[in-house]
Amino acid sequence: MIEIKGLTKRFGNKPVVSDVTLSIQPNAITSFIGPNGAGKSTLLSMVSRLLDADTGEVLLDQTNVKNWKSNEFAKRVSILRQSNFLNDRLTVRELVSFGRYPYSKGRLTPEDEQFVDQALEYMNLKEMEDKFLDQLSGGQKQRAFIAMVIAQDTDYILLDEPLNNLDMKHSVQIMKILRQLVDELGKTVVIVLHDINFASVYSDYIVGLKDGRVIKNGPTEDIINSEALREIYDMNIPVQEQNGCRICVYFNSHS
Amino acid sequence: MMRVGAMVVTGFSIAFATVIFQTVTQNRILTPSMMGVDSMYEVVQTLIFFFAGSASIWVVNQYLNFFTSLVAMVFFAMLLYRLLFRADKFPIYLLLLIGMIIGTFLGSFVSFLQVLIDPVEYLSLQNKLFASFINIKVQLLYIAIGILVVAFIYGYTILNKLDVATLGRDNAINLGINYDRLVMNVLILAAILISTSTALVGPILFLGLIVANLSYQFFATYKHSVLILGAGLISVIALVGGQFIVEHIFEMTTTLSVIINFIGGIYFIYLLLKESRAAG
Repeated sequence: MIEIKGLTKRFGNKPVVSDVTLSIQPNAITSFIGPNGAGKSTLLSMVSRLLDADTGEVLLDQTNVKNWKSNEFAKRVSILRQSNFLNDRLTVRELVSFGRYPYSKGRLTPEDEQFVDQALEYMNLKEMEDKFLDQLSGGQKQRAFIAMVIAQDTDYILLDEPLNNLDMKHSVQIMKILRQLVDELGKTVVIVLHDINFASVYSDYIVGLKDGRVIKNGPTEDIINSEALREIYDMNIPVQEQNGCRICVYFNSHS
Repeated sequence: MMRVGAMVVTGFSIAFATVIFQTVTQNRILTPSMMGVDSMYEVVQTLIFFFAGSASIWVVNQYLNFFTSLVAMVFFAMLLYRLLFRADKFPIYLLLLIGMIIGTFLGSFVSFLQVLIDPVEYLSLQNKLFASFINIKVQLLYIAIGILVVAFIYGYTILNKLDVATLGRDNAINLGINYDRLVMNVLILAAILISTSTALVGPILFLGLIVANLSYQFFATYKHSVLILGAGLISVIALVGGQFIVEHIFEMTTTLSVIINFIGGIYFIYLLLKESRAAG
């Protein structure tokens, strides 16, 4: 169980996240949505201890995230952000194997190899496991990173805008895999999303942020309606039902 | 034998320091030497000659001289790291610029003192300021080997963590690495390695840059065990080869630092151009 209590972060004098309190529902997909600069990514970074909070605390199983041993925490919670790094002379398989580091410290056991194989199959990367990262397209690279997080085998998987720069096909593919992780393996997924329709169709809960505060928090059907969305985005967003999915038609809208 | 021993020790420590420094700072151009650590050595030696003179205990007693430079350089490096790497991330070119400015500043300060110094004193100072494998005290070499062995053993224990650090800060923390502590430890280790080698033979500014980048190119891997070993071997080859050129082609009319800095400087410009083309 992840609980966030009174979390605040300032950059300079500007509060980016202010006094956020919420709990993450286990065994579900929770999406963080909101306009640019709402503090979604900052909030996620604090939950995953990439960033220290100014005040407030994040609890994992009643223990403050800061008091967790770094390595033990890495076996419970994983975080994936968009990142560039210098040395991309490593293969897909080597990258995914890094996901086993919290368990194996770099010396993979046969059991670790099994996890790596499973993760590669899950993300459909088996046939390109020996390719170097710099030979991959953006979408393939993103899938390789998600495979690394799957190999890490944590109860909680936090993803910061994993659909960035992906085409529709790959976005849908990734959201479906996240759904499987929750429904089949009992994981808990927290995801920052820009496209509210992906949030609407694939998530169980939605947290709407604006100016660093939680404006809306609840099951998806309570959030995806014009009134709630107006409060989050200051915009008139008609919602239409299509094949049982609620789709927000925000094009051409007047505020 | 002594000289080869010194070359192996220096080569490996510069290679090791540069590779781990570049991993944790996520860059391929800056090296600890270029951040002004080497200039600090010149400052210490010049100050000693300026205030105490070549006949003073600070010069005659080689141990004292060795440890004074060592302590000053490590201290200077720590101060620099604290200023530059603790604060919010500066872009790499700004860091490079700051390093160059500090280096130039220290360099001008040194030349100023050297102008004032007695010419005879200056000649013996100059000997100290060029990397040389010719007059190395056996005892100092043993001390340096001792320091390096300890540093290498510690370095060996963090090799796997360094491999993970290749993935950048966020991914390393995600995988359970205490990243900030790792960075601090690596920076201290790099400072000690570079300082020991500089105090032993004198400054060789561009060596680390050349050998680390050649190793990345040759071995195309993220594994630090391979990268460091490779860079170390290239480094020894460069030093032995450079010394050979100095002795048999130039017949001692030039010094090893001049040759290595000449080749290294050209390679450095090449890297900068390549980098800016990749960015643009």
